[in-house]
Amino acid sequence: MTEKLPDKIETIITPISLEYEYTPGTASTIFLRGMKQGRILGQRCPVSGAVYVPPRGSSPTHGVPTEGEIEVSDHGTLRSFTVVHLPIPGSEVSPPFVAAIILLDGADQTCLHVVSGCEPSEVRMGMRLRAVWKNRADWDYSFENIRYFEPSGEPDVPIESFRRESSA
Amino acid sequence: MAELCGVIGIGQTRYAAKRGDLSIAGLVREAALRALEDAGLEWKDIDAIVIGKAPDMFEGVMMPELYLADALGAVGKPILRVHTAGSVGGATAIVAASLVQAKIHERVLTVSFEKQSESNAMWALSLKQPFQVHVNAGAGGYFAPHIREYIHRSKAPDNIGILVAYKDRLNALKNPYAHLQIPGVTPEQIEQSPMLWEPIRFLESCPSSDGACAMVLADERNAERSGRSVAWVRGTAMRSEPTMFAGRDEVNPRAGRDCARDLYAQAGITDPRRDFDMAEIYVPFSWFEPMWLENLGFAEEGTGWKMVESGATMLDGDMPVNCSGGVLSSNAIGASGMVRFAEAAIQVRGDAGEHQIDGARLALGHAYGGGSQFFSMWAVSSEKP
Amino acid sequence: MREVAVVSFAQSAARREPARNEVEILMPVVTQAVEASGIPRHEIGFTCSGSCDYLAGQAFSFVSAVDALGAWPPIVESHVEMDAAWALYEAWAKIQCGMADSALVFGFGKSSPGEIRDVLTLQLDPYYLAPLWPDTVSLAAIQARVLLESGKASERDLAEVAARSRRDAAANPGAHQRDPSGVDELLARDYLVSPLRVHDCAPISDGAAAVVLAAGDLARKVCDRPAWIRGIDHRIEPHALGLRDLATSPSTRLAAEKAGLGSVPPEVAELHAPFTSQELILREALSLDAGVRVNPSGGALGANVVMAAGLVRIGEAARSIREGEASRALAHATSGPCLQQNLVCLLEAD
Repeated sequence: MTEKLPDKIETIITPISLEYEYTPGTASTIFLRGMKQGRILGQRCPVSGAVYVPPRGSSPTHGVPTEGEIEVSDHGTLRSFTVVHLPIPGSEVSPPFVAAIILLDGADQTCLHVVSGCEPSEVRMGMRLRAVWKNRADWDYSFENIRYFEPSGEPDVPIESFRRESSA
Repeated sequence: MAELCGVIGIGQTRYAAKRGDLSIAGLVREAALRALEDAGLEWKDIDAIVIGKAPDMFEGVMMPELYLADALGAVGKPILRVHTAGSVGGATAIVAASLVQAKIHERVLTVSFEKQSESNAMWALSLKQPFQVHVNAGAGGYFAPHIREYIHRSKAPDNIGILVAYKDRLNALKNPYAHLQIPGVTPEQIEQSPMLWEPIRFLESCPSSDGACAMVLADERNAERSGRSVAWVRGTAMRSEPTMFAGRDEVNPRAGRDCARDLYAQAGITDPRRDFDMAEIYVPFSWFEPMWLENLGFAEEGTGWKMVESGATMLDGDMPVNCSGGVLSSNAIGASGMVRFAEAAIQVRGDAGEHQIDGARLALGHAYGGGSQFFSMWAVSSEKP
Repeated sequence: MREVAVVSFAQSAARREPARNEVEILMPVVTQAVEASGIPRHEIGFTCSGSCDYLAGQAFSFVSAVDALGAWPPIVESHVEMDAAWALYEAWAKIQCGMADSALVFGFGKSSPGEIRDVLTLQLDPYYLAPLWPDTVSLAAIQARVLLESGKASERDLAEVAARSRRDAAANPGAHQRDPSGVDELLARDYLVSPLRVHDCAPISDGAAAVVLAAGDLARKVCDRPAWIRGIDHRIEPHALGLRDLATSPSTRLAAEKAGLGSVPPEVAELHAPFTSQELILREALSLDAGVRVNPSGGALGANVVMAAGLVRIGEAARSIREGEASRALAHATSGPCLQQNLVCLLEAD
């Protein structure tokens, strides 16, 4: 025994590797099929009428299945945002970048996406946005067919008009 | 109808970025043994254990209470494992209290922990979710847009977050368990710290900590004969709402307002700012202090920042908040909610040392989790109901 | 103690679910249990669930389940990272406190997305056991071997449990193991992990289950024949397998004693035994003789929705009472490797 052993062992590394095959579910399947065709599809709550995009299969406020295939616009309004200065583990997006809460025209539920195509300092609440899609040939069953949103040049929406808990 | 419940023992670990000196079992035992010692009890005196923590992926152990049963003296006893996201530490204490209040058990040990150094917490929180855009930059990236909306709505000046962070960092210097201790910290230092998720700066954010917190809860008879000072549970409340729905108000969520109203009704509180002597509120990013002050009814909507600006929430203010340094100073996620509950109890037991509020009789413990959607709260008092 | 009863029970038809996600499986089950309870959804005082992130392969996986509930206005809600039988225990305690008069309890999970045998390995001691990756079937096989070597059971006994469970499962729309082979046929098959054959192990199931509890007069008002919870208790054993006699289940015996099983045997026992050998160990721990009808639902060998299978046992035992098949029934749930943690719930008719 010539090897000198440490007095204290603080760390052992135990690699853990598990593989999962995820199921998007029937509602997300509608959305992902739409993405493949360059369309943004949501579903409607049969009780409140609210349109959920991307749909997750249930109306969270009423606990009932959402219905139909409702196409919404790829234009929307920026509700709020942050400029992120940290890298996201496992993402190709490099900081600083703008992560925004966006309400698409025709939808009642906000979604999260990246805003680009302008300086972060120009980004503001109420700003109008439009989707920038990947090349048609690269469309997959993925929300990431939309590379990011960029300013559309339409006039801003007054922030005071944002609704809260009204349509629930 | 329900049996009274009192806190008769509290134990915390020193919170740190990495407790390389302890295994996971060692960490929970450090807190549990201190709580038992504080209560003047031994393992054999405990009827049941309620343990809580946030996602198992933080340590890479699935349902770790199974492996921890031996370390927590649980063999031959009931042990329950709670997980309600960030509010879990609070929810865990509430479940433990319910076992006493229901007269199922006389003395319950409750523990919560996180050993985040066992994995990378930001990674665990930023796992790419299947079928979604991967813009999830940890909790800060999620909450920063909500803070921006709060600032817009309330027209708060930009420096409020800095004032909160400065206060909590000063308080942490008076708490020997606190993880982040920055002697000589100044508001300028906080303002000049790197912007991480605008408008959240590095020093306005919580750290990632290893740590555990434990409490011994007892029924009236056992609390009174313990010979220890007792923090009597005057009310407990929980509320949940969905993460996202059309028209949801993430800045001032109804679940939090309803939870507070429920709690205050139980504890006979009509004016929280007047009735409470202090509050430990779950503030992982500085701006959540004014947001939760409003949500909890300490301030009218849109005016929480004025309470901060006036100094009311400082250690010598009329409504001290997070005298321990709060989540901004120590954040072992699964434990953080219980630490709020325990620090409230420590205050009414008169045991807080340098960060004690003189004569504190009634205190609030608050925790929240998920997308500001899960809330747990309790009110504790030095006076028996 | 307040009187608390199971007033309704619903479950999905267990199977591998390649099309629906957890919320889509869960939502109709919750709706069905709530509607069958006769208590309006917004009047249910407490909601508690059981599920597991490592089954889903995602942190905070239980959060999306809230979307299935219609939790608006906000609800009083909690969650255990355990089988939902323990969620029922938490709900029962909440009702005992007087903080609620009714509760919705549910569990859900999909075992099919990952390799469940390997996923469950992460339940083991992270320093000494998990790095060796002993999978859950292999550990159960070690336990079965200890049982056989003790002389208390034979491989034929195991096969008899499997044959009976398959026969019963075939009549249960909630179960999906429908191969009605006889004992000799089963014994002729190859080992999966000796001494266990495939039919000694629970199938891989996705699904959800829900139960509604109600106290005293409310239960009587909404239910003709409530299944009263006369006692419920749970206990845990040491984690290290070497510290336990694997052929016995002292924590089950203790939980049954604390739950008040006493000397009057139940007519029906629903035992959460994902392996045939475990049913035999549980029967001995509970002193169930041949007169007790064990797992008329087909048990976990007929459908094993991990994180809900224990709650399903309580639901099935309650159903046997509500439908007049029994007046006294026992339900059992287990968690952890080789029956480490066990819950016993005793149900009776009026």
